[in-house]
Amino acid sequence: MIAADRHGYDVAVVGAGVVGCAIARRLTLDGASVVVLDRAPDVGDGTSKANTAILHTGFDTVPGTLESRLVARGHRLLADYAESTGIAVERTGALLVAWDDEQEAALPGLLARAEANGYGDALLVDAAEVRRGEPHLGPGARAGLLVPGEWVVDPWSVSLAFATEAVTAGAELRLSTPVTGVDRSGGGHEVRVPGGVIRARWLVNAAGLGADLVDRMLDRADFTVTPRRGQLLVFDKAARTLLTHILLPVPTERSKGVLVSPTTWGNVLLGPTAEDLDDRTDTATTTAGLELLLGAGGRILPALVDEEVTAAYAGLRAATEHRDYQIRCHPDLAYVTVGGIRSTGLTASPAIAEHVAGLLSDAGARWEGVPVAPTPPTMPPLGENQVRPMRDPVRIASDPDYGTALCHCEQVSRGEVRDACRSLVPATGLGGVRRRTRAMNGRCQGFWCGAEVVATVAEETGTDPAVLTRTTA
Amino acid sequence: MTPPAVLVVGAGPAGLSAAHELARSGVGPVVVAERESAAGGVPRHCDHTGFGLQDLRRPLSGPAYARLLARRAEGAGARILLRTTVADVDQDGAVTLIGPDGITTVRPRAVLLATGARERPRAARLVPGDRPAGVFTTGQLQQWVLLRDLPVGRRAVVVGAEHVAYSAVLTLRRAGVATVAMVTDLPRHQTVPVFATVTRVGLRVPLRTSSRVVGLHGTGRLEAVDVEDLVTGGVDRLEADTVVFTGDWVPDHDLARRSGVALDRSTRGPRTDVAGRTTRPGVLAAGNLVHPGETAGLAALAGRETARRLATTWSDRPDSPSPGAASGLAVGVSGALRSVVPALVDPADPPHRLLLRTGTFGPGRLVVARQGGAVVGSHRLRHATPHRSLSVPGTLVAAADPAAGPLELSLI
Repeated sequence: MIAADRHGYDVAVVGAGVVGCAIARRLTLDGASVVVLDRAPDVGDGTSKANTAILHTGFDTVPGTLESRLVARGHRLLADYAESTGIAVERTGALLVAWDDEQEAALPGLLARAEANGYGDALLVDAAEVRRGEPHLGPGARAGLLVPGEWVVDPWSVSLAFATEAVTAGAELRLSTPVTGVDRSGGGHEVRVPGGVIRARWLVNAAGLGADLVDRMLDRADFTVTPRRGQLLVFDKAARTLLTHILLPVPTERSKGVLVSPTTWGNVLLGPTAEDLDDRTDTATTTAGLELLLGAGGRILPALVDEEVTAAYAGLRAATEHRDYQIRCHPDLAYVTVGGIRSTGLTASPAIAEHVAGLLSDAGARWEGVPVAPTPPTMPPLGENQVRPMRDPVRIASDPDYGTALCHCEQVSRGEVRDACRSLVPATGLGGVRRRTRAMNGRCQGFWCGAEVVATVAEETGTDPAVLTRTTA
Repeated sequence: MTPPAVLVVGAGPAGLSAAHELARSGVGPVVVAERESAAGGVPRHCDHTGFGLQDLRRPLSGPAYARLLARRAEGAGARILLRTTVADVDQDGAVTLIGPDGITTVRPRAVLLATGARERPRAARLVPGDRPAGVFTTGQLQQWVLLRDLPVGRRAVVVGAEHVAYSAVLTLRRAGVATVAMVTDLPRHQTVPVFATVTRVGLRVPLRTSSRVVGLHGTGRLEAVDVEDLVTGGVDRLEADTVVFTGDWVPDHDLARRSGVALDRSTRGPRTDVAGRTTRPGVLAAGNLVHPGETAGLAALAGRETARRLATTWSDRPDSPSPGAASGLAVGVSGALRSVVPALVDPADPPHRLLLRTGTFGPGRLVVARQGGAVVGSHRLRHATPHRSLSVPGTLVAAADPAAGPLELSLI
């Protein structure tokens, strides 16, 4: 028996992705005792870690949907949260570029849709304005729609900040803890995990790609998850000067298209593909996928494909048969499902958390503790436009480790890697160190720093290097 | 800090050799900024012999060579700053240095960039598949094994068949890893025959020619590597927990680019003239940054030649002016040839050597220099092998007309 006590927790949240962490934070601040369970060794280690990192306005969502409402609200909440925690955001704006008649004809409809979604700042622009705004675009740009509120955010720090604040407020985070079954017991749940059960009065299913599987454990079948793979290419920082805005495709009946976007780390992202799969674990890139991206990227921004590729990866979005988010409360089961959270989920996550807290309250859930004031954590400055420790004389004077470079391409100091291994939600492996510090994420991919980073992380975490290098997690 | 006359960026063979030469010539204070915790560059983690033959006329191991170059530079009076990152070279010539002691700014009369080259990693080669652990470049592997004594794996595939790939096989062997195959997209290996034979016959490492890696498998650790035969189109799945991507060098040109130095389209390194001058006045470049993938010895010789030319210029001018921008007659390549360094030459004062690269074996071994279609020089190579250093005497261009159009080198 590994439950905290006989009565267990108010809420067990299954899934420590950005949505699960946001919910855990919200409920803990509301006074609930919360446990968060995830099979992965780190927070934000599934769908949340491989997305396009856009802070969406929701201008192109379907008006009237839950997604439309939560994305719009989430944009405000997350922008404020990023501001208070120091998570990098770049207010780039987005430009939808029309390359043919069909796409050009679709622009006024998209403007109307933005307005129907309550977003009033979108603006149609002509070919000359498009060219002026983005002089490196390939030939043939006909017109555009400017969406100034679409920004880019550091996606990894968001899950981490929510988790850190939740843990600070008293939530318990149990990673590497897969849920194998759920039994009803009295009015609550016994959640089966390796080595025992965890008791909780309420269960929140934020299991992302596994959300329908958890749903089945409660004999529900609200939806089925179809993994949709998105392959992405990250280009060298030298490409960052090629664009100002997030360059979005104009969606048409025939194709959704790919985007080219700056990242807060100073790189350029190209993607994603959209491939429906059966395998919930297949995050492989493919020759066809990468060729498709390079072809599209070369048409949008020809000089981009002359630059080096820094990383290629694929993420799986938790698509369902429904067009909208699937967030449902089942008061009789003391259960909330949070499914079908698509790529907009990063932006919507704090609004989803509010919404779930409201559903629980409406269902009569009451927490044992008292509400506590938010204590947003201060996150490391990872943005290219922020003052990194190696550029901060005060930090270096306070601790020479902040002036000792470990990863040269990304200018990550030894002090930052050390901090990542010792933080409240610490990195336990190399993937966690990458996401918390950027170390080894640069153009050399470890040619210069790999051995030293591994040796440092092994020492800081007390982990055998052979274990550290058994997985990329 | 005493304002340096020259700030050398990078304490590898090129940077240390340049620093040694400059300090010896009495040009004023010479400072070498090195971001690692020890000087020497890549040879520090190359534990085979043969270093020093080209520049010092004696064979040394990589680490011994690295130590000797550092000692010689310091012995001549150069100062090496370790754990020191050169962050920026501003437009006004101010150079920002970052280290454990803080952030400082210096204003040298010349900056010599010698930041070297790295091997293109897996992602940049667009090799699809999973992203498992166990994926290396040679540089990473050799630091892993020789500097940090970290565990590697058991069965490896080595991608490439140039010198460095054979070096990777030896490092793997030292770490107790069996190389199950070497893979090259070319029809034969690109090293000296004795290395190839010893590895294939003595170490029983099969070489798959005209083949390429088309996929990696494994969600945690690498489990298998897909190798496609480019002739038959067949794909074999090789069980391996380690793959080493070797060669395919790219210059570490980030600082150069951010400093406003123009790059050569073919090498992706700074465009330089015989004096190592770049398109930006006051900024010089030498070594593998300019021509990636050369031996340490050739990089050292390039650093030395750049330093000698700077010292000579300054010995004629008591005010030691900041060097100007690169100038001279443009040299290009055509046909099988991929690159030539330097990019700008002065026929009246040719470089000691021109360094070339070819993309294919042959067609022939005769390098011909033409200007406006007329042949102005030629030189027969001993071999024309891709991924190998090809050196021709600078006198190849001595008969060119400095006032006429660009020179073009080809291989026939």
